[in-house]
Amino acid sequence: MKIRVVAVQFKPRKGDVEHNLDRVAEILRQIVQEDVPADVVVFPETITSGYFLEGGVREAARTHEQILHGLMQRYLPFARREPLDVVLGFYELWRGKYYNSAAYLTLHNQPEQCQVLHTHRKFFLPTYGVFQEKRFVARGRNISVFPTRFGRATVLICEDVWHSITATIAALKGAEIFYVIAASPGRGFHGETVGNVEKWKQLLCNMAEEHGVWVVNASMVGFEGGKGFVGHSMVVNPFGQVVIAAPLIKEAIISATVDMEEIAIARANAPYLADLESGLADLLIEMEEIAAEQHREDSA
Amino acid sequence: MSRLDIIPAPTRPHDAEQLLRINAPLVAEWLTEFLRDEMVRRRGFHRAVVGLSGGVDSSVTAFLCARALGAENVWGIRMPYRTSSPESLEHAQLVIDQLGIHSRTIDITPAVDGYLQYEPDADGRRRGNVMARMRMIVLFDLSAKLNALPVGTGNKTERLFGYFTWHADDSPPINPLGDLFKTQVWQLARYLGVPEVIVSKPASADLIVGQTDEDDLGISYHLADQILYFLLKGYRVDQIEEMGYAREKVLLVKNRLESTHWKRHLPTTAMLSSTSINDYYLRPVDY
Repeated sequence: MKIRVVAVQFKPRKGDVEHNLDRVAEILRQIVQEDVPADVVVFPETITSGYFLEGGVREAARTHEQILHGLMQRYLPFARREPLDVVLGFYELWRGKYYNSAAYLTLHNQPEQCQVLHTHRKFFLPTYGVFQEKRFVARGRNISVFPTRFGRATVLICEDVWHSITATIAALKGAEIFYVIAASPGRGFHGETVGNVEKWKQLLCNMAEEHGVWVVNASMVGFEGGKGFVGHSMVVNPFGQVVIAAPLIKEAIISATVDMEEIAIARANAPYLADLESGLADLLIEMEEIAAEQHREDSA
Repeated sequence: MSRLDIIPAPTRPHDAEQLLRINAPLVAEWLTEFLRDEMVRRRGFHRAVVGLSGGVDSSVTAFLCARALGAENVWGIRMPYRTSSPESLEHAQLVIDQLGIHSRTIDITPAVDGYLQYEPDADGRRRGNVMARMRMIVLFDLSAKLNALPVGTGNKTERLFGYFTWHADDSPPINPLGDLFKTQVWQLARYLGVPEVIVSKPASADLIVGQTDEDDLGISYHLADQILYFLLKGYRVDQIEEMGYAREKVLLVKNRLESTHWKRHLPTTAMLSSTSINDYYLRPVDY
């Protein structure tokens, strides 16, 4: 099976959800009208509002139904015959709490067939230095893998993948394609490129290679209050190689064809996931011991 | 059995010179994008006014503005006082000529002296503050006239030292250099092609005749930036001393840093409610 993926990086207008959904739809229109090969189109974290909102999360948050509805209304006038899947990040209102979330949607030319397939709520909320997420949003509690038209997938958001265990859990649950959305403010200007671009490349390549999975990453661009989001969205193959990368800080669209059959080739050459599966029971016992010890120490 | 050579780690694991090195082309590209985004896209301004002192910070700022907005959209404003060095004026002119930006020269002497005649005993520090605040009056007024945004020029070292006039040099709404140490501004200046005479001369606020920053501060920028780098990272004084820096210099920098936190903040407001602005009611500057 081959999946034609597209990752988009654009500069959202701060706090203006309607405008940003217009912009998402405009890009989908371009993809449909120009017949760009695309099964799944991926947009960055918090693309509906911009990232640094502080208390503005309360005004910019939407339910995932509102996001689906808003996008569907905009998409229907130019909808193509075959369905189009969209992954995008937004501040979410869910069951009376706010989250930094990502929705995986399927858009269709029949409204009743448009649906939210999955919503991931960011598990690791950065709250240090320039980041303040725990002040303004609640933490998600799951690393989920869900079936799509193109096999089993997972969606992860930014710091979720700075902990290798998160990707490991998704791989063990059977995800073969990882949609990783991000908003990463640039810092570190002594190397060849911006420090965190280098770090992201390492993270995504290691993740893809260790588990033999495809990674599609959409990363925000634009400055917010002096903090510039790096962009450099990437598609990484199961051998841990960057297939295509978008430029730094500029708006761009990248596309690639993901060949799911390469997963088996990569895993046969580097069978780390199988090794992990065979050692999982022992690792679990180790983890339980660590957790129990931490619990004892903290209660002492 | 054969003896194996031991390969030691470098003796200076904290090479501050190396740590303060920047990729100047990358920084220039980033700051150009910063100016375009923050000025044009976020604030709707296509023009900039920059106060040109003839020093390296304002020169670099003018170079970046010309890159980002085009020379035709940048105004370099020279604002000499009667005691300002003529060299400052000439150096500012070099930048204006090299970039081909618009320029204005406003002599602030009558305005400054107009006030100071009532305070003839004001010392150098007060006089300097009056000059710095007068320059901001000019810059902001011309920005209103030209429908342009005043662009700040303060670097990270002087911000950390509190070596500026509060609500004067630091008042322009955007600042491209505020997270670059002085020695990094010099690196950027050389890459951008700022005239060497400006980059290599001793930095001076030029508020008092013959004054240099390094005499005022009691430490060279070269050394101050390295010590600041480690203090900001969270190293203790004794750890920095262990790296080979003189204790008295480390303490000088630390005291200066710790006595000026107030200068890097907005005025303190008495909180009376749970909707106090910037305490509870939190919205970012560009929201």
